[in-house]
Amino acid sequence: MRIGIDVGGTNTDAVVMDGTTIVSATKTPTTPNVGDGIVAALKQLIAQSGLQTDSIDGVMIGTTHFTNAIVERKHLQPTAVIRLGLPATVCLPPMVDFPDDLREAIGGRSFLAHGGHEFDGREISPFSEEEVRGIAREILASGIKAIAISSVFSPVNTIFEEKTAVIVKEIIPDANVTLSSKIGRIGLLERENAAILNACLRTLALRTVEGFKSALAEMKIDAPFYISQNDGTLMSADFAADYPVLTFASGPTNSMRGAAFLSGLKDAIVIDVGGTTTDVGVLQRGFPRVAALAVSIGGVRTNFRMPDTLSIGLGGGSLVRGEPVKVGPQSVGYEITSKALVFGGDTLTTTDIAVAAGYAQVGDASKVVGLDAATVATAQDRIEELVNNAVDRMKTSAAPMPVIAVGGGSILLKRPIVGASEVLMPPHFAVANAIGAAIAQIGGETDRIFSLAEMSRDDALATAKQEAIDKAVAAGANRDTVEIVEVEEVPLAYLPGNATRIMVKAVGDLMEATL
Amino acid sequence: MRLLNERNIEDIALGAAVLGTGGGGDPYIGMLMAKQAIRDYGPVELYKLDELNDDDLIVPTAMMGAPTVMVEKMPNGDDIVNAFKSIGKYLGKPIRATMSIEAGGLNSVVPIYTAARLRLPLVDCDGMGRAFPEIQMVTQTIAGISATPMAMSDERGNTVLMETINNRWTERFARSVTIEMGAMAMIALYAATVRQLKTASVQGTISQAERIGVTIRSARQTEEDPVKTVREAVGGYLIFKGKIADVQRRTEAGFAKGDAFIDGIEEFAGKRLQMSFQNENLVAIIDETPVVTVPDLIATLDIDTGEPITTEGLRYGFRVAIIAMPCAPQWRTPAGLELVGPKYFGYDIPYVPVEERYG
Repeated sequence: MRIGIDVGGTNTDAVVMDGTTIVSATKTPTTPNVGDGIVAALKQLIAQSGLQTDSIDGVMIGTTHFTNAIVERKHLQPTAVIRLGLPATVCLPPMVDFPDDLREAIGGRSFLAHGGHEFDGREISPFSEEEVRGIAREILASGIKAIAISSVFSPVNTIFEEKTAVIVKEIIPDANVTLSSKIGRIGLLERENAAILNACLRTLALRTVEGFKSALAEMKIDAPFYISQNDGTLMSADFAADYPVLTFASGPTNSMRGAAFLSGLKDAIVIDVGGTTTDVGVLQRGFPRVAALAVSIGGVRTNFRMPDTLSIGLGGGSLVRGEPVKVGPQSVGYEITSKALVFGGDTLTTTDIAVAAGYAQVGDASKVVGLDAATVATAQDRIEELVNNAVDRMKTSAAPMPVIAVGGGSILLKRPIVGASEVLMPPHFAVANAIGAAIAQIGGETDRIFSLAEMSRDDALATAKQEAIDKAVAAGANRDTVEIVEVEEVPLAYLPGNATRIMVKAVGDLMEATL
Repeated sequence: MRLLNERNIEDIALGAAVLGTGGGGDPYIGMLMAKQAIRDYGPVELYKLDELNDDDLIVPTAMMGAPTVMVEKMPNGDDIVNAFKSIGKYLGKPIRATMSIEAGGLNSVVPIYTAARLRLPLVDCDGMGRAFPEIQMVTQTIAGISATPMAMSDERGNTVLMETINNRWTERFARSVTIEMGAMAMIALYAATVRQLKTASVQGTISQAERIGVTIRSARQTEEDPVKTVREAVGGYLIFKGKIADVQRRTEAGFAKGDAFIDGIEEFAGKRLQMSFQNENLVAIIDETPVVTVPDLIATLDIDTGEPITTEGLRYGFRVAIIAMPCAPQWRTPAGLELVGPKYFGYDIPYVPVEERYG
């Protein structure tokens, strides 16, 4: 049996799954010390299901804890950055595009050193061990322990980042080092930013993972546990302590993966309707489609793998007002249970419209009996238009696709959706996140530039695919189950030799032995 | 003369993305460079050509190469300064100011970095009034101004100076030097006097980019129709509104080429627009009829925000407005059309100025 846990900002959800069967599910409040909330959730789950703790094969946890730390600038460790690329890149030093308060929160120390590569693999300048030693000694003297290392075109060649890490660890034995090539893609500033965010979260990550471990120990659960990543795959708890940044946006990912599981669909649009916003994402072969453009977290531009979601200002608490009638983006939010008409309040919301139109049964329907029929009809049209546009925008082709609706606000979605072959509202949708965590797989990814003058396109693709598969297996996937789930080719303008950037993602089930 | 501060740079970069007509490179890195230089060296003086002496010598600076490389191997900063200074040294004359070679995309803001570093003025003009992919495609070429002496510098300290017989040869040699320098070089070229530039450049384009940027930014804050306000700000025409139905891409000779197919909505329902691009948007065809072609500007805007969308960012499902703007008058001469008309890019379509069809 597997346990899936989603530690959200408000609730900690947990499910027990036996194979593909959902045995039991709970929802408890998240606590300031996340471990306590997990213990409470597990206790309730065990009481509810009569589960024997020794029958648990694995625990999968999804959490927004690290994203929140960056957004709130809390629990961040002073961090130094070493960038290899001199004499290039001087005009834009590390953290140049950070918000000032975040730069201050982590100390903002950075060093430039020689090294780095050209797009075709040549060295920009030779690596200087002496220079890196000097920098490491300076960092040692400053007392900083968190260190991010970046190098120009490190996705093409990681050697300089690795050499630097060895020297840094030799001089600062208790340093925790993050290499940009382990995290991001091409785009030096964005990849380096992701490495810096990761480095400054390492202490918190270690503490949090320890907290998870002791919560499980307290419950006498001896199974291995995993943390979910933003691409819908798992990492071991120890790996997560090293790469907390990879958990960013795992919440929406888990909810989409959970929706896929609950509906049995692998290719679909997922609409998650909350109180204030609706997030629309796309499942491709069971995984969320990844955003192609830079994503900003806490004001920092990054380029690591994030689900491509469209957020619109429509939720169960959205205000309905004006002439002509307008819906959202303002919302009564969590106050819906006191402010909406059907709950005895004085504010007309989308939930009131759904009740008045007769397709939702919440609160006191008599409170909306007198509503102007034209207002109800226009508001419904407007909701329909918002949803239709958002769904259509996220679709990859004109062909109709199934739509899966999850989230408490999905009661608003009673009309057919344009471009949807069907609209599914699966049971257990409220704990889709925890289910998504429980069913996650293991993945591997490669992203680099190939010259199609030197090899055929087929050879380049085959090489990239093999690299991704090997990485997935190295991360703990069972080779027999690994499949390629994503291939993206981007021809690069103005580069010779038909240079093409190829990104491949492979995923597979966890090795049974590790479960 | 007026001063450009960090906020102005953001607006210029945003407007430059509209004038980039889908190409020209993402101005983001150039914008960061310019902002950082202003932080370190102070605001930049922006001069109109009229405010300078006729004999003052102006040398544009720019980045040449693959924008994809620029986001990874960012410049040193000394490289662009070296390129600029080499021209002055070679000519043995003082240089009064720098300017943009193209008002669209990345190179609109790169010279602001040069100006801040060297505490020199920036001139409010450029050589295209938009973005184009090759060196000879500037209004200076039409006016008979040579691209050379041209200086190309890398971050290592190398500078290559060249003299060529015409501006097309400059493009050829410069392209191969760029590859050796790591697919990116910082360049200075097209030295000219203010007197020459009064007819040989497109004037007021930096402030035009800024105006467009301000318009988009304020449209975000008010509830006005952003596409309408941008169209008014650029003095352009709305030629289509629709939803992207398909995007086909291919690479030919190092250029990212392709076609986007857009199905009309609202007053354009039932029609289909085909947009062909090669780095920049080149030709718009509605139901078999070409309606706008290069050198007139064709910009793709997000219908909801008015934000420009690059050719690389075109994706199925986006709701877009296509607006067209008249190009600089120099491009409409026979010499201009020979350089950058539809024929040069391989389209057998006669050029008809956009205002003749929509005005």
